[in-house]
Amino acid sequence: MAVTGGILVMFLVLHMVGNLKIFLGAEDFNHYAHWLRTVGEPAVPHRTVLTLTEVVLGLAVVLHIWSATSLARRARAARPVKYHSKKKSHAHGYATHTMRYGGVIVLLFIIWHLLDLTFFVVNPKGSDATPYERVVADFDPSRWYITIWYVLAVLLVGLHLWHGVWSAFNSLGLRSRRNEKSLRLLAGALSVVIALGFIAAPVSITFGWVS
Amino acid sequence: MKLTLRIWRQTNAADKGKMVEYPIDDISPDASFLEMLDVLNEKLIAEGEEPVAFDHDCREGICGMCSLVINGTPHGPERNTTTCQLHMRKFKDGEVIDVEPWRAKAFPVVKDLVVDRGAFDRIIQSGGYISAPTGTAPEAHSVPVPKPDADRAFEAAECIGCGACVAACPNGSAALFLGAKVTALGLMPQGQPERWDRVVGMLETHDEEGFGGCTNTGECTVACPKGIPLDVIGRLNHDYIKATAGGRRK
Repeated sequence: MAVTGGILVMFLVLHMVGNLKIFLGAEDFNHYAHWLRTVGEPAVPHRTVLTLTEVVLGLAVVLHIWSATSLARRARAARPVKYHSKKKSHAHGYATHTMRYGGVIVLLFIIWHLLDLTFFVVNPKGSDATPYERVVADFDPSRWYITIWYVLAVLLVGLHLWHGVWSAFNSLGLRSRRNEKSLRLLAGALSVVIALGFIAAPVSITFGWVS
Repeated sequence: MKLTLRIWRQTNAADKGKMVEYPIDDISPDASFLEMLDVLNEKLIAEGEEPVAFDHDCREGICGMCSLVINGTPHGPERNTTTCQLHMRKFKDGEVIDVEPWRAKAFPVVKDLVVDRGAFDRIIQSGGYISAPTGTAPEAHSVPVPKPDADRAFEAAECIGCGACVAACPNGSAALFLGAKVTALGLMPQGQPERWDRVVGMLETHDEEGFGGCTNTGECTVACPKGIPLDVIGRLNHDYIKATAGGRRK
């Protein structure tokens, strides 16, 4: 969970920085999208780095889901008879209790997101358009429900990281009493920054600040 | 105080078991939870019924024998308190109180509220000890221990092995128990020779016994009557990774 989650968080940071290029205008954004495919040339063939990244991310997602599923199955097996009274949670961990179903919703979102902006199946513009045009058309004010879906999904990702980042350090044995406060702060800051960073583009387009 | 108790009754391990309601009257608010159950049992015996079986021993909060999930919370509503030290004044007059045993595959119910916590003994047998020569106690000052280490080891050593962490954990994991033992022994010079074999042995037995995997929910440390901090699990993982991936284990 921790290692694959770490890979995915690092990807999220890069992805968010790339997204924010939308505020620099169409030319910058499209140039960046093109560069993702040519990076490493001429040392390596076209699209090598991007394809490698996609493979690593795909593997990380699969292994992350596999770990989560086996933990959930172990949990179910470890308590065959449930409590009669509703078991109360006392650890103030709202985010903690969203990990499993929240993770499933995030997965569904990722599938939608890939169909939208990688395979253009559910995108209003097709493969003929530039990346910038596709993004702007996606979050057009008339498609406000898509913006809401993206914002809710990203907020769930933020909640997922709130528990996930801190938990990953604990699982890897990197947490001690001395760094406890700093790790909580890091997890909180990362989730807030990543959530806001991803919400910025769709909301700005829907409200017409970026067109 | 007038109360309605809903208690888990199960004649033996093979029985399916069910919650049974018992109205009870005239309970002193100064009675402990176990004394309240004693009153109920006296009444049941007088009426010719089978008394409720529950675990208890010292009734001073130090032996780790008492258990009970009270209204969905192990050891009841008061923090850092065992069931035997919980008093009825913490409940409202007329309250309905659910009393259930620890629920875990590794803690099978023996009868009513009594569960078999032998799995913890087997975990201890697979590494939760130090090897020391018997005979005259050695001079205490011959092995210096830094004060912060001694304090932290003592804090972890407060674990009484009651199993509340498992009962509270949504995953049914005993990671807090493991962490407490690994921390208490691993911080002391006397615990060093077996440090890496200990963590691997105890964790393997933990998994074989059917406990779940830790996802750092933090429910265990809140339920723990001794307030064992969650960072002992960080230390458990640290030692486990060092012992296995780090190749420290001989």
